[in-house]
Amino acid sequence: MSVTSSTPPPSAADPVGTALSPIPPAQIDASCRLPLVVLFLSGAVWLVIASAFGLLASIKFHAPGFLADSAWLTYGRVRPAGLNSLLYGFCVQAGLGVGLWILARLGRTTLAKPGLVAFGAACWNLGVTAGVLGILAGGSTGFENLEMPRYAARVMLLGYLMVVLWGVVTFHRRRERPAYVSQWFLFAALFWFPWIYSTANLLLLAFPVRGMAQAVIAWWYSDNLLVVWLGLVGLATVFYFLPKLTRRELYSRYLALLTFWMLILFGSWGGIPMSAPVPAWMPVLSAVATVLTVILVIAVALNVHLTLEGRCSEFLATPSLRFIGFAVLAFIVAALMRIMNAVPEIGRVTEFTWFTPAREFLNSYGFFAMAMFGAVYYIAPQLFGQRFPSAGLVRAHFWAAAAGVLLYVVPLGIGGIVQGLKLRQAGIAFTDIAQGTLPFLRVSTLGDVLIALGHLMFLANLAGLVVRFYRALAVSAWAAATAEVPIAEVNA
Amino acid sequence: MNYGPLIFLATFFALSGSWCGFVLTPQLQIGRLQQTNTLGTASTTYPVARPGLAGQGLQVYRANGCACCHSQQVGQTGTILEISLTDAGTNQSSTIAALLDLLKGTDDHPTAFVPLPPLEPAGSNAAAAALQSKLPKALLRTSDPAAAKAAVKTLNATSAKAEFWVVPVGPDLSRGWGKRRTVAEDYLFDFPVMPGSQRVGPDLANVGLRLPDTKWHLLHLYAPQLVVKGSTMPPYPFLFEKRKIERRPSPEALVLTGHLAPPAGYEVVPTPGAVALAAYLTSLRADAPLFVAPLTVASAPTAATTNSQASSLAASTNAVPAQTPAK
Repeated sequence: MSVTSSTPPPSAADPVGTALSPIPPAQIDASCRLPLVVLFLSGAVWLVIASAFGLLASIKFHAPGFLADSAWLTYGRVRPAGLNSLLYGFCVQAGLGVGLWILARLGRTTLAKPGLVAFGAACWNLGVTAGVLGILAGGSTGFENLEMPRYAARVMLLGYLMVVLWGVVTFHRRRERPAYVSQWFLFAALFWFPWIYSTANLLLLAFPVRGMAQAVIAWWYSDNLLVVWLGLVGLATVFYFLPKLTRRELYSRYLALLTFWMLILFGSWGGIPMSAPVPAWMPVLSAVATVLTVILVIAVALNVHLTLEGRCSEFLATPSLRFIGFAVLAFIVAALMRIMNAVPEIGRVTEFTWFTPAREFLNSYGFFAMAMFGAVYYIAPQLFGQRFPSAGLVRAHFWAAAAGVLLYVVPLGIGGIVQGLKLRQAGIAFTDIAQGTLPFLRVSTLGDVLIALGHLMFLANLAGLVVRFYRALAVSAWAAATAEVPIAEVNA
Repeated sequence: MNYGPLIFLATFFALSGSWCGFVLTPQLQIGRLQQTNTLGTASTTYPVARPGLAGQGLQVYRANGCACCHSQQVGQTGTILEISLTDAGTNQSSTIAALLDLLKGTDDHPTAFVPLPPLEPAGSNAAAAALQSKLPKALLRTSDPAAAKAAVKTLNATSAKAEFWVVPVGPDLSRGWGKRRTVAEDYLFDFPVMPGSQRVGPDLANVGLRLPDTKWHLLHLYAPQLVVKGSTMPPYPFLFEKRKIERRPSPEALVLTGHLAPPAGYEVVPTPGAVALAAYLTSLRADAPLFVAPLTVASAPTAATTNSQASSLAASTNAVPAQTPAK
């Protein structure tokens, strides 16, 4: 509670703040329950699907002929299907769920129209399902991180708008008027996605622009989603849960405000690769903006460090904190890798190599998904007023996920640098370079396996919690319906 | 920042800035590119839309996610100039002397030139042999355009005919992945444009240039390891059909031996998708000399270099703007 209690009391001049008293947390949680169950549970299912596809793609580096007979399961379809399942199925979905809950809790008000939010979430899932099936069927658009076909994108955008509309209304109706830092991040994120997503879909799929302008817009979209949207929601989660779970106050709101501005001003200009066949000002501008994001990395690191007063061991206190701590670390490392990439001497080595997927995975999974796990492990028990069925599985999930991320990112990062150095030497035959990356890729399969195991634990635990709650609800409803009616009532 | 509208405005301005920068401006600058003329006398419009079958192949390429592993963009680290002799002239001894002078340089100004294979190791015998070899032949290499111009002048003064060729260089180009860097113009008519971000497999920007045989591509798609030893590419058997031979074998059937050979009476034929994909791959070539990415296209030296060919070469060289090499 330290987060909300640390905000100054509403001023007397604020009529709304004085007129309405804060709603108790239990009531807020009850209003969030249905939409969050839909968002979290389907997110967990998408995680399992994503890791199944990821594993399938990874196995193809052990045996290229594995499942080669099936067009649906060829590498070029399975890999984007897996990445899209992770990104749109889990990351965006879990981000929305956690974001809505934080907005409601910080605003001390109930979630507006939970039924419609749940309906929007269902629409989103319908869209993602159609999109992933579309990719497998060969309907990929060919643009990285935007592979889902047009028909799916429409349904997804509609679902997203239905969800965030009520998020905005919830924010507007807040009873605690002063906005905490997490609320700025989340409120901005609500608008960010529909804008970039509709721009990308309109200009790339509905009314496609000509030639290389397509690629530039696709890079712009992809980077805005992976860096800005995931950054906004992920950092909002970190800035909310870190003080709350450690029972401290966030060290500085001004540093957090600086982080916010840097992220939306400079984070949104990245993404154009160093040697892209476009006029030179684009990659240069992109690299300059990317290097400037170092300010926000420093601001985040300082803020977290000073909030904990240097005692990073506090991250080990609870499972949720462990996930959040890992997320902060991964955020810093991934952002530094991205900045390094923008330096020409380094970027020319790492471009076109496995370094890039390693960096993106560290950002979208090591940072964002891990922060979401931490949040869900805290929020879900609040929603149901019950603990998770197995505390051991929560701990096991953390270690599986943390080891999985390391086993995925470290080999691919190193392998990518080796690959890049070899690519710069024309004397080394290409097949030798490709063969040289295989040991690294094969180690990363181990990471994929661990991550997949973690997802199964997450799904089992979450589903167990939900089933137990609704079963109890059903049992008591059944008992009430079949209870003997007291004779006095019948007579009356 | 306690008000929703304020946060909204901040978001709006930040995102509109980035939107104008990387959506609107690229559309105004490269989204409106038109066909251009290639450099040289035999100037043609570039690029031309891919023929129908190759256009269908692009969609097969997209549907199967080939861009997950293959980039279609090559870079260059700079440009060098090669001094090439097109005609040995009548006074060969003075030409040889001039060549050797250029290579020697003076004490104050070390030579800007590096001898190329026929002249190496530099000596009057090698120079004489180089003059006797098939012309046009590149003899010297430099990165200094002023020195190159001066050298051409010196050599022309000895009754020989010389010119300089613009040659882009870089690791990608040394691998044979292209003749020059790819530029936005190369992608003008493709939809979707898939420049790719990974080189799990080799770059394909100029695959049609280095592997122009569709039969090779079909066999490679069916069994990559058969044609490229040590390839890590997965096979694409679903792009082919194993069917019973009716009356006579199909002329399109793959020639397979060993364990890959179909059982007797059967043959492996490519589906229309595979044929289109192979047509697309062979259509991939981005080697036209352009104003933004100049290079000298040397026609392969024929047995007897006619005057007209030599003059067209000279003309194409003159059309190349004096590019400052990046060095």
